[in-house]
Amino acid sequence: MNAPARSFRVLPGFRLTLGYTLAYLSLIVLVPLAAVFLKTFTLTFDQFWAVVTAPRVVASYKLSFGMSLLAAAINAVFGLMLAWALVRYTFPGKKLIDALVDLPFALPTAVAGIALTALYAKNGWIGQLLEPLGIQVAFKPLGVLVALVFIGLPFVVRTVQPILEDLDTELEEAAASLGAVRWQIFRHVILPVLLPALLTGFALAFARAVGEYGSVIFIAGNIPMVSEITPLMIITKLEQYDYTGATAIAVVMLMFSFTLLLVINGLQAWTASFHKPGTGRNR
Amino acid sequence: MSGAVAMQWSGAGDGAARFESKAATRETPLVKWIIIGLSLSFFAVFLLMPLVAVLVEALRKGWETYLTALLDPDALSAVRLTLLAALIAVPLNLVFGVAAAWAIAKFEFRGKHFLITLIDLPFSVSPVIAGLIYVLVFGAQGWLGPWLSEHDVKIIFAVPGIVLATVFVTFPFVARELIPLMEAQGKEEEEAAVVLGANGWQTFWHVTLPNIKWGLMYGVILTNARAMGEFGAVSVVSGHIRGETNTLPLHVEILYNEYQFAAAFAVASLLAMLALVTLGLKTWVEHRAAAAHNEKQDDAS
Repeated sequence: MNAPARSFRVLPGFRLTLGYTLAYLSLIVLVPLAAVFLKTFTLTFDQFWAVVTAPRVVASYKLSFGMSLLAAAINAVFGLMLAWALVRYTFPGKKLIDALVDLPFALPTAVAGIALTALYAKNGWIGQLLEPLGIQVAFKPLGVLVALVFIGLPFVVRTVQPILEDLDTELEEAAASLGAVRWQIFRHVILPVLLPALLTGFALAFARAVGEYGSVIFIAGNIPMVSEITPLMIITKLEQYDYTGATAIAVVMLMFSFTLLLVINGLQAWTASFHKPGTGRNR
Repeated sequence: MSGAVAMQWSGAGDGAARFESKAATRETPLVKWIIIGLSLSFFAVFLLMPLVAVLVEALRKGWETYLTALLDPDALSAVRLTLLAALIAVPLNLVFGVAAAWAIAKFEFRGKHFLITLIDLPFSVSPVIAGLIYVLVFGAQGWLGPWLSEHDVKIIFAVPGIVLATVFVTFPFVARELIPLMEAQGKEEEEAAVVLGANGWQTFWHVTLPNIKWGLMYGVILTNARAMGEFGAVSVVSGHIRGETNTLPLHVEILYNEYQFAAAFAVASLLAMLALVTLGLKTWVEHRAAAAHNEKQDDAS
């Protein structure tokens, strides 16, 4: 881990590239992010606390975090299933589906937002099927969930898929020859190996969902205390020129995001310890 | 945070036979078809239907309305601004990504992992906050606000702010692709080139670049897609001035909020097609990268 003595560095450009990296990183990311924290110091703690625990803001945390957790859980289940089908089975159209799984990464969030709203509105393709059942999705908290499921799916599929592809079949065969049934093999042999990747995918989907804005605001209806997400609260404060208020809520979100980032880094290190061989991207 | 969901050299497809051929590693046909059925239904409802809905809604009022919406002067100026933002953000982050990957993958230094985490930061920040931070620095009440207005420079609610926000949200993509790739390739080839008398630039151009070109292209494709599609961050700094500070996604929002649904979906369909092209290119690059990777393995053995 210790840096080798300078004379051992054969390749040129270390100072230049590291210097440029640090300068650019500071200019674009670190200094502007620091502005958020410095801005909150203009508030006393009591003022800060009053802003971030206002009832309307607390309602938005409950909605944002609750729906994000639920969406990530749904994605963990169906993402695992989809990854399983893509890796282990052959069926028509598989390559196309594999490519389209990344659609939520490629499709602009605003486009996803209006498309989902059109689908789940009362007269939409899906909305009109749910209407007789008394289920309303668009402009309700359920709409937030639908949008968050959409944007989170590829995170789970793309973290689980490479692990599934590299899975050694020998363990499964050994378990089968010892008399384990398929479900037991899945539960006791496969799942423990998949678990770190599955949790990583869950955490990535959750982290993305909490901060998501574009795909949610169209379908949420944005009713105060009912269907307002936390990022929208920041926008609302900004529109009222309440910069310190917006910043205070941003600090709460940033603290949460950074904590989650640390957790995800830990999970990825854990995943890597299960996934050493052969994909050319071992870290 | 999609960098963590990085490209897969292996590619899906032919590997399934390995599992399906043996009794010990396959499920009964019933279980298999239930899993396929459930996951594909989920896929169809959550991914496929929104895509189809955009295209159907866009043409609901016919081709004439569709073309009128796209040829509207405000739409065209949104196209121009979107292209401009991407044209600036992509090269900037490309150069940064290569520099960062060179420093991180080819040298040992303390704090390397911390640096990688910092590079990843923009992925874990909500887009809304990405816009907010620049408002706090450059806005009228911000750090540099008074100085900027004295010198008549507009950044927030103007084009520079939109470019900055776009650079921020696409910051890690190229670096995220190149760092693991260049780490895996080691530095023996570059060191050999330098020992044989090549200078740094020649080494990079003739040795490193051919090895990383597919990873580089992959990063550029992802950066470009996000740059053209970003909504939240750009929305905060744009000020929504029609014909001036509207990008395509913001134009979609304005039309939608004015109940011009057919026009909104027409412009959205443009972005949806961009997404499809992105996915196509991405799959093609993955394919080529896997082929190049295998070729190299074969040469080595």
